[in-house]
Amino acid sequence: MKNVPMTPELIAKHGITPDEFKLILDILKREPNLTELGIFSVMWSEHCSYKNSKPELRKFPTSSAATLVKAGEENAGVIDIGDGLAIAFKIESHNHPSAVEPFQGAATGVGGIIRDIFTMGARPVALMNSLRFGEIRGDSAQAKTNRRLFAGVVSGISHYGNCIGLPTVGGEVYFDESYSGNPLVNVFCLGVLRHDQIQRGKATGEGNPVFYVGAKTGRDGLAGAAFASRDLTEESKEDRPAVQVGDPFLEKLLLEACLELFRHPEAVVGVQDMGAAGLTCSTCETASRAGTGIEIDLAKVPQRETGMTPYEIMLSESQERMLIIVRKGHEKTVLDIFKKWDLDAAEIGHVTSDGIMRVKNHGETVVEIPARRLADEAPVYSREARQPKPAPQLCAENLPQPDSRASLLKLLASPSIASKRWVYEQYDHMVRNGATVLPGSDAAVVRIPFETHDGVVFKNLAMTTDCNGFYCLLNPKVGGLIAVAEAARNLACSGAHPLAVTDNLNFGNPHHPENFHQLRECVEGIAEACRFFNTPVTGGNVSLYNQSPAGAIDPTPTIGMVGLIDDPTHITTQWFKQADDAIILLGGVGPSCLGGSQFAKEILGRKEGPCPEIDLEKELRLHDSVRAAIRMGLVKSAHDCSEGGLAVALAESCFAPSEAIGAEVDLSALENGKLADDVLFNESQSRVILTTRWENAGALLECLSARGQEATRIGRTGGDHLKIRLSSGQLEWAVTEMQNAWEECLPKCMGS
Amino acid sequence: MKFGVIQFPGSNCDQDVFHVLKHVLGQETVYLWHKDESLQGADAVIVPGGFSYGDYLRCGAIARFSPVMRSVVAHAAAGGPVMGICNGFQILCESGLLPGALIRNKGLHFVCRHVHIRSETPQTPFTCQIRTGAALKIPVAHGEGCYFADDATLARIEKNGQVVFRYCDAYGRLDGDATGACGSINPNGSRNNIAGICNEKRNVLGMMPHPERAAERELGSTDGLALFEGLAHTLALKGCLQ
Repeated sequence: MKNVPMTPELIAKHGITPDEFKLILDILKREPNLTELGIFSVMWSEHCSYKNSKPELRKFPTSSAATLVKAGEENAGVIDIGDGLAIAFKIESHNHPSAVEPFQGAATGVGGIIRDIFTMGARPVALMNSLRFGEIRGDSAQAKTNRRLFAGVVSGISHYGNCIGLPTVGGEVYFDESYSGNPLVNVFCLGVLRHDQIQRGKATGEGNPVFYVGAKTGRDGLAGAAFASRDLTEESKEDRPAVQVGDPFLEKLLLEACLELFRHPEAVVGVQDMGAAGLTCSTCETASRAGTGIEIDLAKVPQRETGMTPYEIMLSESQERMLIIVRKGHEKTVLDIFKKWDLDAAEIGHVTSDGIMRVKNHGETVVEIPARRLADEAPVYSREARQPKPAPQLCAENLPQPDSRASLLKLLASPSIASKRWVYEQYDHMVRNGATVLPGSDAAVVRIPFETHDGVVFKNLAMTTDCNGFYCLLNPKVGGLIAVAEAARNLACSGAHPLAVTDNLNFGNPHHPENFHQLRECVEGIAEACRFFNTPVTGGNVSLYNQSPAGAIDPTPTIGMVGLIDDPTHITTQWFKQADDAIILLGGVGPSCLGGSQFAKEILGRKEGPCPEIDLEKELRLHDSVRAAIRMGLVKSAHDCSEGGLAVALAESCFAPSEAIGAEVDLSALENGKLADDVLFNESQSRVILTTRWENAGALLECLSARGQEATRIGRTGGDHLKIRLSSGQLEWAVTEMQNAWEECLPKCMGS
Repeated sequence: MKFGVIQFPGSNCDQDVFHVLKHVLGQETVYLWHKDESLQGADAVIVPGGFSYGDYLRCGAIARFSPVMRSVVAHAAAGGPVMGICNGFQILCESGLLPGALIRNKGLHFVCRHVHIRSETPQTPFTCQIRTGAALKIPVAHGEGCYFADDATLARIEKNGQVVFRYCDAYGRLDGDATGACGSINPNGSRNNIAGICNEKRNVLGMMPHPERAAERELGSTDGLALFEGLAHTLALKGCLQ
């Protein structure tokens, strides 16, 4: 084992560059053995070390007055929500595994992010996911593959989340050719804890025992982190062994056992889940954070298979495992709790003071690496960035003018805009009795019970995930700004003020200067918007190498944002509530043209710019105005204008789950010289549709204008048609006709 | 009176049922751990939803062998009320407390949505306060909720009035297709639209929909509360008679 010669081929196969190998020699003062090489390879992969993105990530604001644990300090950031309560939340990708094995790839993505949250001491209470697939319509082999991936990912998420008993309350799904063969599976989890329950991933206290708890180690997911840090190719299916297999039942046991153990703070020193890079990452990171060393013996690690080598045990990414550093003398507490839940708990080593991560196998030392240098001193690269050649621009003068009536129906029946019922009905979104706004509205709302002297009361959290990759492709900086602005807008529409952000940066191979340019610009946009909205980034994930032979994906920096609603009576949804309410449009028809719109892509078949513009001052004024109006009790429904523009937003507002309601609006006074399609479908930002009781319209308009918010009464709810008057004439759709187009799209595509 | 909520390791609706009984109804409620035989003096037992032991073999197939289920079977035999919800219904069928079985949804997908169920009989401790024919809005969330029984069994439970709930539309009508497809009134293809049944002695109820998820206004429906209130009412009466 020690005698495997370090050939350039072997080193390259582990994704280690010659310079990195020199650094390893410098750290060890000798040649690594194969196990050590494997350990460096996974720890220094992009997935674990962020070596290509770290300088960019430093641009994010990471704290606000509510921050209890900052990004990067621990597995997930922690944010104060008052009354001694806090939330931990994070988003993480499982793109590569899902591309080769969609069901298990997505399922284990859910499992991994749940562990990140309960590792912090929080009880997970809600999941969301942000998904991207290639085109699913048509009979091409590619469309069939994309449908298989879509169906597999949804059932994988459903399997894991439903079984473990966490509601999947929201998220988003978009379809675009750039994701063909390289789907994005970003999974978000949020948990709740009391301030005094925060757990740390630190191996402090020399001599404290190190426990391994949960599932046995097998050969699944070998070097998965390294696999995720490469391009996807035809040969990627050969990497199927790098995909882990999930067992949600086991994770449920692990979750309950860990939370029960954490109620004994005297017994627990530190906790770290075994996710990417498994045992390797959890041991060296806990030691590095504490400035200590750690010594384990692999013979004591519970194993599912016989004959596993140290290399395999250290690099396995078997799921549902945790590392717990226990205070000496409290071993029995751990053993008793894990026995109650019928789980393995094995003392595999102890904390040392020499700063070395030392791994033995039946007493023989097989790994000796300085923990901090391995965990924290991965090389950091500033990659070359080059602006790609600009996308073609739509020119308003000679655009075709297809039938606007048919265009709206087509947009509603396009997979990115269509109803996602086919997806979210496969998820148990109601378990835990928390979801007070079910999937389908601008943001999900979840109530969190907590005990007070007066009995059980609730906190109301709103959450959303957002990102428009098309905008980011056209203008990465503005796309990043808009992703954050839209998330904050969705929260405002639900009655919430935003607290913090988690981000999942999905990009192509960073060695291509164009891809790196996109990453840098998107990060700058996100950072600027997060500072502006006072929503620190509490953590997240970077997924690079989202690249198939056809090229890179559209840059997709998914934003997960969480907000608080002060009073349950402020919870607001997007649907019209009753007939004869006044419809108020905030932000008019907007300054932007059809560039970057779903209309351009779906109707004109032109993926062209320019990207919609955004003015953050105007955006924040809009959010503050919406929240103020909601707090005054003047708002019956609130919906933002996003993909598909004003017409799609109006149509969606008609589709109330209990009873659909039509509307009559007149936009002829607002057109500003724009053509009909531009008025209806442009995706100008900073716009919201509110409804209010007819008699309150005056008060609402006054409240808005006092804040300098542009607002116009455009019509009234009621009837079973959506009627839109333009200067060129009136358009009319039966609500059932629109709703059928919108509801039937995904079931038709997916054959059920 | 005292309610007991069973906790299998993979139960995940246990806390929801507990919350409704304790905080919404204000009743004394305890958890009953699967490894314990004691029912802690509970007058009524709820077997909540979830995935009891992971359910990789067959839903509820292993749970029936747990120590606590031996006591539940004895409690039922003595006439004590038992209510199985979702996975709990599957477990009661596997345990032989209820006839028939729950198989994979006809649409093959897990389905979570609000449905309507029609109350078919007031002659159970659970439905005693619900008007027959009333359509209750209560959510389902299951992958294996298609009720199946052979023709003879089905004829028998129909004749005995053991069908307690049927999937229906918002007005209590049963007509419409039974394909289990998206949008149809029968979400899983159950025979005779069956959503819930009781035993011959009528003290054991199993149902796929989750009444505990429809017991607070904030969650979109309070129609499920009537079952728990009915049960509390029955127990209170029984207490008076004793």
